Amino acid sequence: MILTLLKRYLRDYGLALLLLLFLLVCWETVVRLEWIPSFILPAPTSIWIALVENQRLLFGQHLPATLQEVFIGFILSVVLGSLLGTGMHLSRRLEKALYPFIIISQTIPLIALSPIFIFWFGYSLAGKVAVVFLTAFFPVVVGSFDGLRKGAEGYRELLLTMGASRRHLLTKIQIPLALPSFFSGLKLSIVYCVIGATIGEWLGGSKGLGYFSRRMAGNLQSDEMFAAVFLLSALGLVLFLILVLLEKILFMKRGSSRS
Amino acid sequence: MHTYADENFGPIHFLWRWMGLICLEGGLSTNTMISINDLSYSFDPQQKYPVLSGLSMNVKHGEFVSVIGASGCGKSTLFKIIAGLSEPTSGDIIWQDATSSANTRLGNIAYMPQQDLLLPWRSVLDNCLLPWEVTQNRSKAETISLIREMLERFGLAEVEQAYPNELSGGMRQRIAFLRTLVTGADLMLLDEPFGALDAITKREMHKWLTGLWDGLAKTVLFITHDLEEAILLSDRIYLMSGSQSKAPMQEFIVDLPRPRHSAMNYDPRFLKLREDLEKRLYDTHSS
Repeated sequence: MILTLLKRYLRDYGLALLLLLFLLVCWETVVRLEWIPSFILPAPTSIWIALVENQRLLFGQHLPATLQEVFIGFILSVVLGSLLGTGMHLSRRLEKALYPFIIISQTIPLIALSPIFIFWFGYSLAGKVAVVFLTAFFPVVVGSFDGLRKGAEGYRELLLTMGASRRHLLTKIQIPLALPSFFSGLKLSIVYCVIGATIGEWLGGSKGLGYFSRRMAGNLQSDEMFAAVFLLSALGLVLFLILVLLEKILFMKRGSSRS
Repeated sequence: MHTYADENFGPIHFLWRWMGLICLEGGLSTNTMISINDLSYSFDPQQKYPVLSGLSMNVKHGEFVSVIGASGCGKSTLFKIIAGLSEPTSGDIIWQDATSSANTRLGNIAYMPQQDLLLPWRSVLDNCLLPWEVTQNRSKAETISLIREMLERFGLAEVEQAYPNELSGGMRQRIAFLRTLVTGADLMLLDEPFGALDAITKREMHKWLTGLWDGLAKTVLFITHDLEEAILLSDRIYLMSGSQSKAPMQEFIVDLPRPRHSAMNYDPRFLKLREDLEKRLYDTHSS
């Protein structure tokens, strides 16, 4: 059982793993041969050593700080984003009033706004969460809004002839039909959350992986900086995979996954 | 209203209900389930290109009436109007002995679309429970036992917990039909229910429905392209032609005895009817 699963994973991801290994070896060789100075590009082994040496600081202080921002920002994005998406679906007026602003919110270059954000929120958690929310709520809004609008005309008419109310239409067909699209939004959103948290920490503060990597970059300690970047991308990947797993479990009961 | 609470089907029950209606409301006029007078419909407000115009027809209690006609002549639009999904541009629909608006009919006339439209994330039983969830017109336990009993009768008892995509097209169609029955509405509109099935499965469905029909005590209005299907199943057939025609609705009576069975296709009377019908259809379309 486990062996066949292992075989399947090897078949699916074996090539990518091989490529990764090859790239790592090339990278290591290039740095070891001193073709590139190590403060510009540290070797994978020294990044690993930096990660192990700083593990108490990284895992004990900075990772939890970033994780906290990501979680609060993600929950806010999901709650407000799906409320906005559903509201815009239910009311044409709300859609017309809000949609332009939601799109404009995505065209604002956040980095350029950083001084204002520090004026508004200081170096507190709130400022970082605000940045996370601004980068991550958009996919949730679009995912739920588009999902709810999906061509369910046939189902809608059928339910109406059964005597369904608007609430019935929403709960019996539109929400179940919107779930796959909603989950696509969530998966994008969680990845954006990690990016948002990093940007937020770059704007200022005293902890978090983004803050740590910036400080190390300032000190030309590239090993430590890369270690933090590695952790950030691993964090994004793990959170993404958790959502994929959740989606699989949720849709297992659905006939749609059985085909 | 007839509900499944009294679980007597069959001819005696049917007759009883019928007589009850006559006695209560007096006169044979109550015999008519729905009657449509001079109905027109068009999508644009100027009524330049009407989809339907000057349609009249009626359906009596317990009748099986088919509507046949070429694609695009507005059959499905007619059904949507009858079901109450859209309001006609002019003309009226007398339903339950009173002129009715779309809103009074919506939710009280059962409608089965061409695609089965089973919800893929629900099991067969849960799909059949959908009409009950919307109306909550009786207790859940009662509804479930009613559905189970019908699943049994429809030969679907084993698939109660299966999901729609695990089933064949014929099974899905039977479940969609069952779901339509669960609404409890007396008048059922079936919009080409067997249109998407292959010829063999379709024949099986005919056999199944003719065997079932006499016990159902329902009134059916049925859209089809298939002449044999129309003759086999119907008491009367309406030939529908486009809105430009002088006679947009023509009646054709099928006087074959009931109960019907699918082997009647080879009966000489059946063949004669088929020939007549085809001729009428040809005349309508060439005039």
